[in-house]
Amino acid sequence: MWRDREIAAPGRREFLKTGAKISAGLVIACFVPAAIRRALAEEAPAAKKPVSPNAFIRIAPDDSVTILLKHSEMGQGVWTSIPMVIAEELGCDWKNVRVAHAPAAPEYAHTTFGMQMTGGSTSTWESFDQLRTAGAMAREMLIAAGAAKMGVAASECRAENGYVVHGARKLSYGTLATAAAKLPAPTNVALKDSKDWTLIGKPTRRLDSKAKVTGTAEFGMDVKRPGMLVAVVARSPVFGGKVKSFDATKAKSIPGFVDAVQVPSGVAVLGQHFWAAKQGRDALAIEWNEGVGASLSTAGMRDQYRKLAATPGKTAKSEGDVDAALKNAPAAIEAEYEVPFLAHAPMEPLNCTVSIGKNGCDIWTGTQFQTVDQQVVAKMLGIKPDQVRIHTTFLGGGFGRRANATSDFISEAVAVAKATNKTVKVVWTREDDIRGGYYRPMWLSRLRAALGEHGKPVAWSHTIVGQSIIAGTPFAAAMIKDGIDGTSVEGAEDSPYLKSIPAYRVDLHSPESPVTVLWWRSVGHSHTGFVVESFVDELAAAAKQDPLEYRRALLPADSRERRALDLAAEKFGWGQPLPKGHAAGLAVHASFGSYVAQIAEISVEDNKVRVHRVVCAIDCGQVVNPMTVEAQMQSGIVFGLSAALHGEVTLKNGRTEQSNFHDYPALRLPEMPKIDVYTVDSTDKMGGCGEPGTPPIAPAVANAVFALTGKRLRQLPLRLA
Amino acid sequence: MKLLVNGQSHDVDAPADMPLLWVLRDLVGLTGTKFGCGMAQCGACTVHLDGQPIRSCVTPASAVAGKSITTIEGLSKDGTHPVQIAWQEIDVVQCGYCQSGQVMTAAALIRQKPAPTDADIDAAMAGNLCRCGTYQRIRTAVHRAADLAKESGHVA
Repeated sequence: MWRDREIAAPGRREFLKTGAKISAGLVIACFVPAAIRRALAEEAPAAKKPVSPNAFIRIAPDDSVTILLKHSEMGQGVWTSIPMVIAEELGCDWKNVRVAHAPAAPEYAHTTFGMQMTGGSTSTWESFDQLRTAGAMAREMLIAAGAAKMGVAASECRAENGYVVHGARKLSYGTLATAAAKLPAPTNVALKDSKDWTLIGKPTRRLDSKAKVTGTAEFGMDVKRPGMLVAVVARSPVFGGKVKSFDATKAKSIPGFVDAVQVPSGVAVLGQHFWAAKQGRDALAIEWNEGVGASLSTAGMRDQYRKLAATPGKTAKSEGDVDAALKNAPAAIEAEYEVPFLAHAPMEPLNCTVSIGKNGCDIWTGTQFQTVDQQVVAKMLGIKPDQVRIHTTFLGGGFGRRANATSDFISEAVAVAKATNKTVKVVWTREDDIRGGYYRPMWLSRLRAALGEHGKPVAWSHTIVGQSIIAGTPFAAAMIKDGIDGTSVEGAEDSPYLKSIPAYRVDLHSPESPVTVLWWRSVGHSHTGFVVESFVDELAAAAKQDPLEYRRALLPADSRERRALDLAAEKFGWGQPLPKGHAAGLAVHASFGSYVAQIAEISVEDNKVRVHRVVCAIDCGQVVNPMTVEAQMQSGIVFGLSAALHGEVTLKNGRTEQSNFHDYPALRLPEMPKIDVYTVDSTDKMGGCGEPGTPPIAPAVANAVFALTGKRLRQLPLRLA
Repeated sequence: MKLLVNGQSHDVDAPADMPLLWVLRDLVGLTGTKFGCGMAQCGACTVHLDGQPIRSCVTPASAVAGKSITTIEGLSKDGTHPVQIAWQEIDVVQCGYCQSGQVMTAAALIRQKPAPTDADIDAAMAGNLCRCGTYQRIRTAVHRAADLAKESGHVA
C-alpha cells in the first residue's frame, strides 16, 4: 500500500483528447542530440538523424505543459513515468502536466531500434537520457528568456516549479514560452545529479486514472468519424485458407447492412453499426479454399516436434563436448517440457479506423508499431510513409499483439476502406481475436543433464523446437543469425547457470507452419523461463538439495539474479514453516535487462492449484516510478499465472478449438494471490518492467506443486489430473 | 424505442434484438461502456438497470425499454463517486479498458453491501476480467470506496 505522504502530488486530472487542442498552445523548440545508446544499440539500426525540434514539450500561456508521448500507453504506465522523466529536468509544476500521444513521425523513433514503437520493455531506459536532455534544454531556454525579460544574467536565475526565479522576482513558464521558443536551443546542458531528483524515484499516481474511471478515455474502439461505417471481417476458419466464393443475399435483409466486399483476408461486411455488420457476417454463405492448414492439429504438431527434439538442431550456444559428457555420466537426467499456443487476448478486441483521402490516409487505432504501420500502409496505397497519419489512441492492452510486422489488423482495415471508398472502423469480435492467430508459439523442449560433485551439473543439453516469430518478417535479416532466431532461445542460451557448466549445448529446430505466431509478453522467455527454472529445480531434487541453496551455489555471488533471489527469499521467509497443506516454489529469471525472483505459496484443492501468495523481487536498476514497478510486477504475474493455470490454444482439423473467455479462461479476482513486490536498491544498468514479471511465475508455481505433491508438471497449463 | 439513460430519454431506432451495449455505443453515442466478449464472460459492458448490475452485451434493447439505465458516464457528474475516487487514490487502472465495468460492478456492490468482506468482493467481482491484472488494487480500492461512501454519507 502506498501512503499518501509517499506519493508525489497528483496531477490536475484533466486530459487533452485531440491534437487540435494541443496545437493551440505555444511551442518550445527542443533540439535533442542523437541519444546516448546502449551497448545493444551499436548493432541495431538506430536512428541516425537527430531528433527534430518541438518534439516533446509544449507550454501554453495558462502554464499547462503538454508532454507529447512517443510511446503507446497500453497499461504499462508510460503516460505517467515518461512525463516524470521530462518534468524532472524541465522543472515545471507536476500539477500542470498533461499528456497526449505523439503523432507518428521520425523524431519519435526509439533511440535503439530506430523506429517509433513500444515494446520489449524498453520505453523507460531507451528514452531516459534523451528526454531528460529535452527537459533540460527547455528549462535553459526558459531561463534565458526569463533573464532577458527581467534584464538580468541567466546565470543568476533558476527554474523552480514552473517559474524562472531571480531574487524575489519570478515569471511563469507560460508567460515565457513564446520568447523562449525563439531562442537557439542550447547544445550542451547539464543534467541534475540524481540526489537532487524530486520526481524520479518517487511514487507517483497515474495521470490517466480519471479518464479511465469516468469512461472518457478514448480507445481505438471508441473512435467515431463523420460518415463512418463499421465492418467485421469473415476470415478463414483455417490458417492460410482463402475465399473461394461468397453469397451475401441473406445479409442484405439485415437492418443497417451496407455492403459485403472481398478483401485479401476474407469477406468484410459493412454496416451502419457493429450489430448490423456482425449480423450481416453471420448471414454470409462463404466457401473456402482451406489449403494445407486444414490438416493441422496440436497432437500432430506435438508428434512432429518430439521427433525433431530427438536429434540436435542448429546450435545456438555450446561449450565443451556435451554428448561425451552425457554418455560418460553414470546417470543422465532427462525431461521433456511443452507449452501451448497462446492468444494475447487483450481486453480491447483489435480494431482500426481508416479514412483514405486525396492527401493520404488517416488511421485511428491503438498500435505499438507506428513506423512499421506507416511503411506497410504506404506501400499498399502507393503513397509516402509520412502521408500515413497515425492517431494513436489508448490501447486496451497490447501484450505484443498490437506490434505486428505485417500490421495485420491495420492493413486489413486499409484494404476494406480502399475497396469501399468509405471511412470504416473494422472491429474484431472476441472470437476473431482468439481464433485469429499471431499466437505465442507452441514450444517443446528436451533437456538432459548430468550431475557431478556436490550435485552440480557437469553437462546440460537443451533442444528447443518451435516456430520462429521473426522468420519471414522484415526483421529477419537483423534478428536471425546463422539460422537462429534469438527470440526462440533467449533465456535458455544465455542462462546464468550455463556459466558454471563445463559442457553444454542449446540448440534449436524452427519448424514452419501456416499458424501465424508473434511475440507474447516476455516473448521467448515465456517458455525458456518455465523450462530452465523447472529443470534446475529437478536437478536440485536429484541432488537432494534445497532449491534455493542449489541455485545460490550455481549463480555468481555478485550476480543480479542472486541479489533478486536473496531478497525474495528473505522477504518470503524461505524455509520457515507454512500452513498445513501449503508448499512454496521459487524461480529467478532475467529478461529485458531486469532480474526477477518470485516465490509462490500454493495448495491443491480438488486437484486444482491454488496460489495464495507470491513474493516478487526485482532488480531493474534505477526506478522512475515505484508505483509503476509494483503494478507491472503484479500485472506480469497475473498474465503469467493466467497462462500457467488456464491458457491454451489448441488446433483440430486446422481450426482453433477455443473461441472466447469461457474456453480460453484468464485469471479472475477470486484466484488472485496476495502479491508483495520488493525492489533491489540498484544503480546498475536500467532494465524494463512490462515483461520481466511474467517468466518466473509458471516455474515458481510448478516447483511449488512438486514440493507439495512430488509431481513434476512439465506441461502448461499445469494440470494435476 | 425509448430508452432512459443516465436520466435522459433517448429515442433510438434499434432492432429489438440489438444488445443494449451496441445501442449505447453506436446509437446513443456513449462509448464508456466497453465491448470485450459479447457473451457475458468479461464484464466490460456492465451497466446498471434499475440499480442492478447487468451485462449489456447480452441484454436485448427490447428488454430495457422503460427502465432506468445508468452507464459509467452517469455514475457521477464529475468522477466523484466513492468508487471513482478510491480507484484514483489506489491507482488501480492500467490499460483501463475493463475499468468502466469494474467500477460499475463495485458501485453496485457497495450499495448492496456497504461494508463488503474480501469474500463479498471476490464473489461480486468474479465476473469482471482484467488482463492487466489489477485485481489486488481492486480489492483494496473496493474497501476504500466503502469507507469513503460511509464517511461522506454517499447515497448512490
